[in-house]
Amino acid sequence: MTADAGSATEDGARRGAFSSRKVFILAAIGSAVGLGNIWRFPYVAYENGGGAFILPYIVALITAGLPFLLMDYALGHRNRGSAPLSFARADRRIESVGWWQVGICFMIAVYYAAVIAWALQYTLFSVDKSWGDDPESFLFGDFLQAGDPGVSASVVMGVLVPLAVVWVAVLIIMALGVQKGIGATAVVFIPLLILAFTVLVVRSLFLPGAAQGLDALFSPNWSALTQTSVWAAAFGQIFFSLSVGFGIMVTYASYVAKRTDMTGSGLVVGLSNSGFELLAGIGVFAALGFMAQASGLAVDEVASEGLGLAFVAFPTIINEAPAGALIGVLFFGSLVFAGLTSLVSVIEVVISAVRDKFELTRLSATLIVGVPAAGISLIFFSTTSGVYVLDIVDHFINRFGILAAAVASMIVLAWVARAIPGLARHMNLYGSIRLGRWWIVLVSVITPLLLGFVLVREFIEDAQTPYGDYPAWMLGVFGWGSAVAVVLIAFVVARIPWRPNTPLEAPPEPAPLGEEPRS
Amino acid sequence: MSTGAILMMLFAMLVLWGGLGLAIYNLTRRSKAPEEHYYRDL
Repeated sequence: MTADAGSATEDGARRGAFSSRKVFILAAIGSAVGLGNIWRFPYVAYENGGGAFILPYIVALITAGLPFLLMDYALGHRNRGSAPLSFARADRRIESVGWWQVGICFMIAVYYAAVIAWALQYTLFSVDKSWGDDPESFLFGDFLQAGDPGVSASVVMGVLVPLAVVWVAVLIIMALGVQKGIGATAVVFIPLLILAFTVLVVRSLFLPGAAQGLDALFSPNWSALTQTSVWAAAFGQIFFSLSVGFGIMVTYASYVAKRTDMTGSGLVVGLSNSGFELLAGIGVFAALGFMAQASGLAVDEVASEGLGLAFVAFPTIINEAPAGALIGVLFFGSLVFAGLTSLVSVIEVVISAVRDKFELTRLSATLIVGVPAAGISLIFFSTTSGVYVLDIVDHFINRFGILAAAVASMIVLAWVARAIPGLARHMNLYGSIRLGRWWIVLVSVITPLLLGFVLVREFIEDAQTPYGDYPAWMLGVFGWGSAVAVVLIAFVVARIPWRPNTPLEAPPEPAPLGEEPRS
Repeated sequence: MSTGAILMMLFAMLVLWGGLGLAIYNLTRRSKAPEEHYYRDL
């Protein structure tokens, strides 16, 4: 064993690590491929030019998504730490940006688990089509028992039980560790997800009306390319779907062997994510085409996204389609697989950061993070007001949490820590794709500007038109309040000193290729 | 499906799925880094 390998083994034994590049890639794909790939991308593409949307989407992938993904990888892989530790090792002054990302992940975890719990319950509902003839009334009335917007303490057992099951499963996975928990989950769930979704797509393609749906999705509206909103939607979609900018890829990259081709791995992860989105688009719109034909409506009258697509449109399709129960189990099962691997990655950001900061064992950190997260999740999202709180927190944390933190992370790394050229050199040691000046310019200037534009656009929109029909106090507390709270908490936690055994200097670089020391 | 829709669907498949195939080929055939298997979990 070489000296580098020895120190790497020690590091891996202390923090946990993936056993191979393949496991890391599967875990990273598991994080990137989430609910948004299935229920957001198809509608965003349809609404923003259809087939023509593919062009800005590819431009966004190449100029923002992949460069940002590689920056996250470089930061975690070079500095071998959770998000706060990696930022602190890049420059002590920017540690709080890492904690900002940790806070965002905690917020996401508590509500994301609820959606997975709904999908889990709907997987069972699919077998006997429990939602009956009116899936929308069933969702909000019978299942969620949603009352007026507000905060209620009235618990819905049908949500509480699957939510508790999701949290128990996640805590067990997290306690098992990086390889035996996160890695093993990805190794099992990602092939299952791809298999289940491929079967679903093939089934959907053979439904009557499928071609009508695909025509609606892919017919190009070239005039859309002249609208800035379409380009903003493409950059937003790429950004939100790749799991970049909120610490996940930083954390996962820190668990990978030092001599790993991170640029080649990043390309596989990024294109797997986009490839799955395309598959989802085909499957979803083939099914919507069937729904339109069966109900005698146009596709634009049935097209939807998010909760409406998953829990209203799909149950309607399942009611009408031959072998509908199979479609239901495959669709909601895919949501559960995709959601769980993403939830695991989100909560790992928090656990890893707490472990690094306070030098805790994995089990202790899992309990310290997981039990409060599960408690908050169960209290807020298993009640009759859960869906409203979820909708608000999701909207604001996505825009003024993830997006804002992502732009901040690029700016501080490029212009405060001036770390980008060093990160490029690190990635080039073993990378199969060379990161040159083009990458430095992209992540230092172009991508922050593009994402900054999307952020400002979102801010103006929310400032001018309050989100949804919610009371102002709910938007203030759960929306703006939660987005601001994570920033304040991040600054406070960053002031806590690191333990003496945690060096704040970046570990030594591995020897360049061909110059590895011999034992 | 219209011709335009078919062409755009094929274009998207070619770029995204073809690109993924090339990326996997690059990683498995051209990667300079050795595959290391020495990490242990806690």
